[in-house]
Amino acid sequence: MNTSFLSQYGSEIATLTMEHLWLTGAAMLFATALAVPAGIWLTRSPRWAKPMIGIANVLQTIPSLAMFGFLLPLPWLGERAARIAIVALTAYALLPILRNTYAGIRGIDPTLIEVARAIGLTDSQRLFKIELPLAASFIFAGLRTATVTCIGIATIAAAVGAGGLGELIFRGVASIDNRLVLAGAIPAALLALVADAALGLLEHRYKIPGPQGSIQ
Amino acid sequence: MNAALEFQNISATIPSGRRLLDDVSLVLEDGTVTAILGRSGSGKTTLLRTANRMIEPSRGRVLVAGANANELSLVQLRRKLGYVIQETGLFPHFNTERNIGIVLEAEGQSREQRVTRSNELLQLVGLDPSTFSTRFPHQLSGGQRQRVGLARALAAEPKILLMDEPFGALDPLTRAEMQDMLRDLLQRLHTTVLLVTHDLDEALYLADRIVLLGEGRVLANLPRDQFLQSDQPEIVAYARAFRRGQSTVTPDPIAKDGVA
Repeated sequence: MNTSFLSQYGSEIATLTMEHLWLTGAAMLFATALAVPAGIWLTRSPRWAKPMIGIANVLQTIPSLAMFGFLLPLPWLGERAARIAIVALTAYALLPILRNTYAGIRGIDPTLIEVARAIGLTDSQRLFKIELPLAASFIFAGLRTATVTCIGIATIAAAVGAGGLGELIFRGVASIDNRLVLAGAIPAALLALVADAALGLLEHRYKIPGPQGSIQ
Repeated sequence: MNAALEFQNISATIPSGRRLLDDVSLVLEDGTVTAILGRSGSGKTTLLRTANRMIEPSRGRVLVAGANANELSLVQLRRKLGYVIQETGLFPHFNTERNIGIVLEAEGQSREQRVTRSNELLQLVGLDPSTFSTRFPHQLSGGQRQRVGLARALAAEPKILLMDEPFGALDPLTRAEMQDMLRDLLQRLHTTVLLVTHDLDEALYLADRIVLLGEGRVLANLPRDQFLQSDQPEIVAYARAFRRGQSTVTPDPIAKDGVA
């Protein structure tokens, strides 16, 4: 890419990158706010785990273009493309977060849960002092998968007019201009790499010290 | 003497219908050590766990210092009863100091109070605070972990300690050291102890009373010095199982190949 291309599209790339970040970020916030508590709740009522994780799994398998299409005619959502994009991305992010929260807590050595109860920790103390810290690395791994997936899928959101870096890709494809395709694809890939590295650091930071850790 | 802990006609059944405890009654006098012996599956651990209501008995009741355990809140009850188990169950993400202070932390004590108490307890169990308070469980040996586990159980100054095969996973020398340390410590603290073990030597060394359980029933309940004198067949069989290595002149028929 030469300088004239960058001077022509530079500010647009920046704007669309911000838009992309905002769509993904909002979706991740919603998904985390839904899936982490849901995952915790499932560890308390494990008989719901299979159906709930099943539903999240099915959501995950819906092709993203179809998902955006399904949401388009819905009353409130259809009014703004960004709403559709955020709802769809949230749906895709649910599964990894839900599954890892559930598996992370369920995987804690039962002796530790037992001891936490036996020494008289209350339910919320057990959750916040023992279970969540011990499962944190697992939960961050779920967030990481979800974020990277969302950054990728968010490029498709441009198809319903939600903006983001997909905008450049779609335009590039339509006008057979590979420079435009790359102008969308490269920043999207960089975003994914940065998110992956940052969340990877968090995941590592919360690894349980010791040869096996506590996650079985 | 008053009863610190009393089991009255305890029966416990698991959902499949199997009976784990069958009408067990037992009184632990204040400040004494009671060892519960018995084979695996005889109900030792189940009995211990009815004390802090980790298992709810299907019949009977448990009295803690005269109060019905069912009438105390679970959290209250469990904080009165120190709990030590074989795998120690130290929290891997906490250092020694925080592991020891966790109950105090749960009670809302300040960090300063917890650090002071943790240092006191480390000294009590024979570990140097300046070396050990910042270590994590994976940086400790088996014996050191068990000492920290004991310190944690003592942190809230419980009147009663429940110990479930606390030294079962240790090598004989470390186990002996731990037994010495515990015996010494109990003499100073006046704590009532319920010790589940299958090690007869440990029971004889540490306990004032020895209770033998079999298939969920109390087979014998004797002061330590009368236990080995008893000619009750179950006791004799249990004691013989511990003396096999010493009878090399007339080898036991089952162990004649040296395989126990």
